[in-house]
Amino acid sequence: MSDVLERVKKIVVENLDVDGDKVVESASFIDDLGADSLDLVELVMAFEEEFNIEIPDDVQESIRTVGDAVTHIKAHI
Amino acid sequence: MFDLTGRTALVTGASGGIGRAIAQALSEAGAKVALSGTRENVLEEVAATLKGESAIVPCNLSDEEAVNGLVSKTEEAIGPLDILVANAGITRDKLLMQMNDDDWNDVLSVNLGSYFRLTKSCVRGMMKRRHGRIIGITSIVGVTGNPGQTNYCASKAGMIGFTKSLAQEVASRGITANTIAPGFIASPMTDVLPDNQKEALLRQIPSGRLGEGADIAAAAVYLASNEAAYVTGQTLHVNGGMAMI
Ligand SMILES: NC(=O)c1ccc[n+]([C@@H]2O[C@H](COP(=O)([O-])OP(=O)(O)OC[C@H]3O[C@@H](n4cnc5c(N)ncnc54)[C@H](OP(=O)(O)O)[C@@H]3O)[C@@H](O)[C@H]2O)c1
Repeated sequence: MSDVLERVKKIVVENLDVDGDKVVESASFIDDLGADSLDLVELVMAFEEEFNIEIPDDVQESIRTVGDAVTHIKAHI
Repeated sequence: MFDLTGRTALVTGASGGIGRAIAQALSEAGAKVALSGTRENVLEEVAATLKGESAIVPCNLSDEEAVNGLVSKTEEAIGPLDILVANAGITRDKLLMQMNDDDWNDVLSVNLGSYFRLTKSCVRGMMKRRHGRIIGITSIVGVTGNPGQTNYCASKAGMIGFTKSLAQEVASRGITANTIAPGFIASPMTDVLPDNQKEALLRQIPSGRLGEGADIAAAAVYLASNEAAYVTGQTLHVNGGMAMI
């Protein structure tokens, strides 16, 4: 369980090409990590694959920060 | 040039005049082609004319649930989808004053609603693979209008606007989205027109002939090719000069 953040971090670093230090729970994908809306869609796709879960469209819209993603993933794996 | 070896394509309306020609041309260029339509026997016939690998994936495009499942059905048959050719289309021609809700809804759902559903279900995989080709078959009348076809023209103009928006959304991921606008093409759809109407139409075509399915198919092969990677959000008019837009 505790490695969810690490796995999320790895995906974010790979997808957004950002420094790992910046990928903290409070970081906003768009405001802090330079993602655009399409990047967000792709990130969610990558999370779905990595954790073998499905993140419905309406939930996707509420995932704004790294922490949001981690919380959602933890609740569903 | 225009080699599609190793690519996969889904062609809707492959049992019709233009769709059949598109399927044949994509196959000729090396693509694996999945043929869709409602008439299974005709799809089988078309498949039998293809030299390369193909599959038939029957689907009624007015059945939303079936449409949502068509891309995955296709991918099970031929693998991850590279090229979508949304070609199926219907007309229910009437003056607006006589047009009822069914005439409107049927045309909008088969021509435009299914286009939305099919593109939505294939774009995800294309984004991951950083490659995709969306090709919608619209019509010259989607741009010029035509009396008796308010429903049909709305659906075809809708495809153009939809495609331009989609093209902007996904361009950075190696996916292009374009439409082809045929003019007056000899096919079962136009065979039913009365002779006097056909003659009047012919007079408006500088090339002096009706188009063939193959004329449209060549445009589809081009837009599907690697060479057309920098062409997106466009409408390619193939109409013998009937309208120069
Ligand atoms: N011919 C022209 O001059 C012309 C001009 C401009 C644009 N276009 C466009 O080009 C496209 C192809 O036209 P065409 O001339 O080849 O027409 P067509 O010969 O009448 O073929 C229409 C195709 O659409 C399929 N289709 C219709 N309703 C369907 C449904 N509910 N579910 C699944 N498939 C359905 C038919 O499949 P089944 O028969 O198996 O159901 C058939 O394969 C259309 O989008 C048309 O609007 C044609």
